[in-house]
Amino acid sequence: MAIKVINPGLSTTVQDLGRPGYYHLGIPLSGGMDRFALRAANLLVGNDEGAAVLEAVFMGPELQFASDAIVAVTGAELPPKVDGNVQPTWTAFKVKAGQTLGFDFLKSGARAYIAVQGGIDVPVVLGSRSTYTLGALGGHEGRKLAAGDALKVGGVAKAAKEGRSIPANLRRLPGNPAELRVVPGLYWHRITDAAGTGFFADTWKVAPEADRIGYRFKGGKPLEFVPRKQPFGAGSDPSNIVDACYPYGSIQVPGGTEPIVLHRDAVSGGGYFMVGTVISADMDLIGQLQPHTPAKFVKVDMKGALQARHDRQALLQKLRAAVN
Amino acid sequence: MAKQILSPLPGTFYRRPAPDQPVYKNEGDSVAVGDVIGLVEVMKSFNEVKSTEAGKIVKFHAENEDAVMAGQPLADLE
Repeated sequence: MAIKVINPGLSTTVQDLGRPGYYHLGIPLSGGMDRFALRAANLLVGNDEGAAVLEAVFMGPELQFASDAIVAVTGAELPPKVDGNVQPTWTAFKVKAGQTLGFDFLKSGARAYIAVQGGIDVPVVLGSRSTYTLGALGGHEGRKLAAGDALKVGGVAKAAKEGRSIPANLRRLPGNPAELRVVPGLYWHRITDAAGTGFFADTWKVAPEADRIGYRFKGGKPLEFVPRKQPFGAGSDPSNIVDACYPYGSIQVPGGTEPIVLHRDAVSGGGYFMVGTVISADMDLIGQLQPHTPAKFVKVDMKGALQARHDRQALLQKLRAAVN
Repeated sequence: MAKQILSPLPGTFYRRPAPDQPVYKNEGDSVAVGDVIGLVEVMKSFNEVKSTEAGKIVKFHAENEDAVMAGQPLADLE
């Protein structure tokens, strides 16, 4: 069973739940940017939640199937089309041998997850099939898909039913403005109280540069720093620190102007101060933000962050129950 | 039946290949299938917007550096 790539879209990559455990060596987590949607796509086609799928951003690929398959598309509202006939998202549907899966224009969200019954079969590298394009690691030859590629599909583990669907209340997309909950971080003391207040009060906008490495935001007031003599080892800009580890979700603000939230393909360390960290429960939402989308950072404490994580687990349980 | 060129991607629209160069197409210019009419910048890459129809551009709906959505009409053709 093979899938032939006719048109790859803008940047379509093989992703699973990621490659944790090597970030301290500079190898990022990778994996789907909206892992909730990735899990949902897999569950719909009878795969393990962490099977490899295709992540398409802003624009869908065009794929020709060599044999019959059950497919589901979740995440962004990127309407799938089988030989030109529109299919519902968040729903399992059939693609017959010889048919082509294409996509209509993106309606909302940013990243769609295309799961095929059996999963995309690429070699496992350091415990994951996810693509890390900067490191040319994992996925299909360590890169985004190109026209002419042939993808193998794994053996079918579980039966899947056409028409199986995820209820609307379990389809999660960011609001407008998107609200991203943040725990203020270790370097919070570097900015003035007024800057800290402004950071949470301002409405930011997603910059067009935002990608799998980091999501950049523009349009808020520049952050004002508490004056200090830069310590030995730190750069001369007040936003510089002595090099430190960058957590997944951390928000660095180079020059105090444009916050960047590090995401699945992030660098693991460097010399910019971090104003805080987006909580794990909201990282999936970032993966669904289009350029120019308004966004607000919402302050929470650790207790709030843990509660949100708990709520998120409960939502995942509902998702699992919904497809059984 | 009016024909339109739609943006394939969300991002920032540019009518010129570079700031110091002329626009790809003016209103009133004719276009062939595959002609570039602008760029959409997203994820640090500039993606050419190509006409999927042949005709004459009667109106642009997006100006240089406008934010555009996927599927948004960029130009009317006749």
